[in-house]
Amino acid sequence: MEIKIAVKNLNAFYGKNKVLKNVSIDIPQNKVLAIIGPSGCGKSTFLRCLNRMHEVVGGTVQGSIMLDGEDITRKDPVLVRRRLGMIFQKPNPFPTMSIFDNVAAGLKYNGKTDKKETAEIVEKSLKQAALWDEVKDSLEQSGINLSGGQQQRLCIARTLAIQPEVILMDEPASALDPISTTKIEDLIFELKKNYTIVIVTHNMQQASRVSDFTAFLYMGELIEYDATKKIFTSPELKQTEDYVRGRFG
Amino acid sequence: MKFFKNKNGSIYTSNNLGDIFFEKITGFFAAVVLILVILMAYEMYAGAKPSIEKFGWGFLVSSAWDPVREMFGALPIIYGTIVSSMLALLISVPLSIGVAVFLSEIAPSWLEKPASYLVELLAGIPSVVYGLWGIFVLVPWIRNDVQPFLSQNFGFLPFFQGPPYGFGLLAAVLILSIMILPIIASISRDIIRSVPHDQREAALALGATKWESILIVLKEVKSGILGASMLGLGRAVGETMAVTMVIGNRPLISASLFDPSYTMASAIANEFTEATSDMYISSLIHLALVLFVITIIINALARLLVWSMDRKWKTVR
Ligand SMILES: Nc1ncnc2c1ncn2[C@@H]1O[C@H](COP(=O)(O)OP(=O)(O)OP(=O)(O)O)[C@@H](O)[C@H]1O
Ligand SMILES: [Mg+2]
Repeated sequence: MEIKIAVKNLNAFYGKNKVLKNVSIDIPQNKVLAIIGPSGCGKSTFLRCLNRMHEVVGGTVQGSIMLDGEDITRKDPVLVRRRLGMIFQKPNPFPTMSIFDNVAAGLKYNGKTDKKETAEIVEKSLKQAALWDEVKDSLEQSGINLSGGQQQRLCIARTLAIQPEVILMDEPASALDPISTTKIEDLIFELKKNYTIVIVTHNMQQASRVSDFTAFLYMGELIEYDATKKIFTSPELKQTEDYVRGRFG
Repeated sequence: MKFFKNKNGSIYTSNNLGDIFFEKITGFFAAVVLILVILMAYEMYAGAKPSIEKFGWGFLVSSAWDPVREMFGALPIIYGTIVSSMLALLISVPLSIGVAVFLSEIAPSWLEKPASYLVELLAGIPSVVYGLWGIFVLVPWIRNDVQPFLSQNFGFLPFFQGPPYGFGLLAAVLILSIMILPIIASISRDIIRSVPHDQREAALALGATKWESILIVLKEVKSGILGASMLGLGRAVGETMAVTMVIGNRPLISASLFDPSYTMASAIANEFTEATSDMYISSLIHLALVLFVITIIINALARLLVWSMDRKWKTVR
């Protein structure tokens, strides 16, 4: 199994407040890693360290994050973010742009401006995000008239369009209804053939359904990290077992 | 028990005497303001009636402003008003957007507060002080440096021809652009801030540079910034003291920015005390009525744009 991202001794801070403590995780390629843990334990922070979004709100990090052997904490954040796409908890399409332009938005930043190529990528991305059939006749309309679930898939398409290697998802379905949630989960199954996925979720069933590996964070520390099956059936630590059984947190 | 409609149009009940009293009082004051505006418009119309009857729409298109022969046409004055405020807008809007972006997106937090305060301070300076500064600093500078430079290098253009008086359209434009900067900049800053942070993050996560993410935000608030600019325009159109002190006060239509000009507000302020004949006074009131209508239209449009911007983010999410 190949390692896509190797996180070593990662500490993350907001000002003086240390919210991740010596976290080390090897994230395997073309698999789904679920991050679980109680609210405030640092799941989002961990995810945002991976694509250098942590520093956007003024956070700092120590330690190393090797993506294919290169330490991304020392690289240009703009280039890093093109390789690790991110899906946010709340769908955030650009409200003044059409559906088409939303998907094409990232291409401009990556220097792709050819019209024909753009149209092809937009179509392909929308198909990948399982949204094409629903919007193919309204590509020029604004994205904000879509339902919440459609908006989230639009955001996924927008991220896929820039052809990242890794997709980071921060509770991508927590604002959605059950049917939309199922769609997103199906999508994750499809996407892991080509992408490495890291997903934060509060939903234990979701974590056990979609992920291959699970990491349990508690108060900024990595408590246990193993194959999802193991974590949910016979974890090493009692603390982990209590959490996945819903006994605390 | 009594029923009232609150702001959202829903009905709530109150049997508290204080509440009822408060509702009535505030409603009364709101009505007073509206009635005052209507009365003002009516009074102006009545005062302008002799002029309206004599000159009709010709008042707006004739260039004869001749108190001696009692012929009044306001075209050069309207022209001066529009040109001076439009050019001021042309200079001020890009500057204001720059200031607003700096304050809301770039300035570190320790700098942002004092810098915002300085910008707002500009709005609080009395306009006669701007005028004095215009006379003693701006006009000499224009006369000695700006105009010679412009006529030497761009003198082939009709905009930069004629003798360098200093006093004239150019001075008025510059002073106006400074005076309207604070209002446009501070409203734009608030509008830019109202865009949720997740929009910037969405752009950044797609690999946008900081600058590209700011452009996304600016695109989303285009109409709000247009509204802020129109509020600035309303201010420029109505500005009186500072303009009249530097513009030269002559009803001229000239392509050159060096020539003296006139605006509606400055004409009214300047000539009201000298207006001896009834027709002269009536024409000045006529001018005031035109100014009143123009500023009301500009401000209404501006407010609409700014409001629609505010509402947008509330309905989107
Ligand atoms: N912008 C911020 N500034 C300062 N502290 C923050 C900021 N964001 C998060 N924190 C703090 O960092 C810690 C970890 O937050 P984080 O958002 O990573 O938790 P989380 O596991 O994602 O929680 P949730 O499940 O509620 O989303 C929390 O204690 C939080 O208070
Ligand atoms: Mg979170």
